[in-house]
Amino acid sequence: MENFTPVEALIGGAMIGLGALILLVFYGRIAGISGITSSALFTREGRSWRLAFLAGIVAGPLLVAAIITDYSYSTPQLSWQVIVAGLLVGVGTGWGSGCTSGHGICGVSRLSPRSITATVLFMLSGMLVATLLS
Amino acid sequence: MPIIFAFIAGLLMSVGIAYSHMIDPNKVLGFLTLNTNWDPSLILVMAAALAVYSCGYWLFIGKGKPVFAQSFSLPTKTTLDKPLLIGALLFGAGWGLAGYCPGPALAALSSGSHGTLAFIIAMITGWFISRKLAI
Repeated sequence: MENFTPVEALIGGAMIGLGALILLVFYGRIAGISGITSSALFTREGRSWRLAFLAGIVAGPLLVAAIITDYSYSTPQLSWQVIVAGLLVGVGTGWGSGCTSGHGICGVSRLSPRSITATVLFMLSGMLVATLLS
Repeated sequence: MPIIFAFIAGLLMSVGIAYSHMIDPNKVLGFLTLNTNWDPSLILVMAAALAVYSCGYWLFIGKGKPVFAQSFSLPTKTTLDKPLLIGALLFGAGWGLAGYCPGPALAALSSGSHGTLAFIIAMITGWFISRKLAI
């Protein structure tokens, strides 16, 4: 467990929860990043708040890098694996109505049976694929 | 409806994703890959997010309405149908394959990484397919 970063994980997680809560309190909406992004792209109604939310998502790491000067993170190489993964994540969150934020955080907090089921399934499926490929 | 709070909500979530290093696919794969080097950080990210959100949700939900909306727009479905189950399994497979879920991938857009960009374009294509092709 040499890569374990509990302090950053807890602080970062609390910020994710707080951001999601702001969307609920001000707009009455679930902070599902897959749903908000795909609706911003494919439906006209409610586009402006969704695009504002997305702008915040894109700006986040720039703000962190401006405050923490030696901040950096890795990104994947361009490969067929990354493209197949992106397709699976898109189709899967589309059919499954949510991802780690909408189901995993908002839905599980609301004790939604659908979200709890989806979260267990995508965690198990993700662990299976990552472990088999390693 | 003022949209500034939607920007702040997205910004806070993304700062959390970046600060906790969940923006880094290798960090996420360190959690999803079960081996002797297993990294439980993602569990603590989820636990802290759940603690903050669930407290706020259950305190707030019984009291009136959202600041800028007439009512809450919350999902009401409760059935565990085929699209939910198959979708969650496929999403998990993609997550385990690249270490990216939608939030971290979109947050990493400004890195200019070609791999990240390809993932995002493929994900958008996947959303389009899921909207056109019902199961």
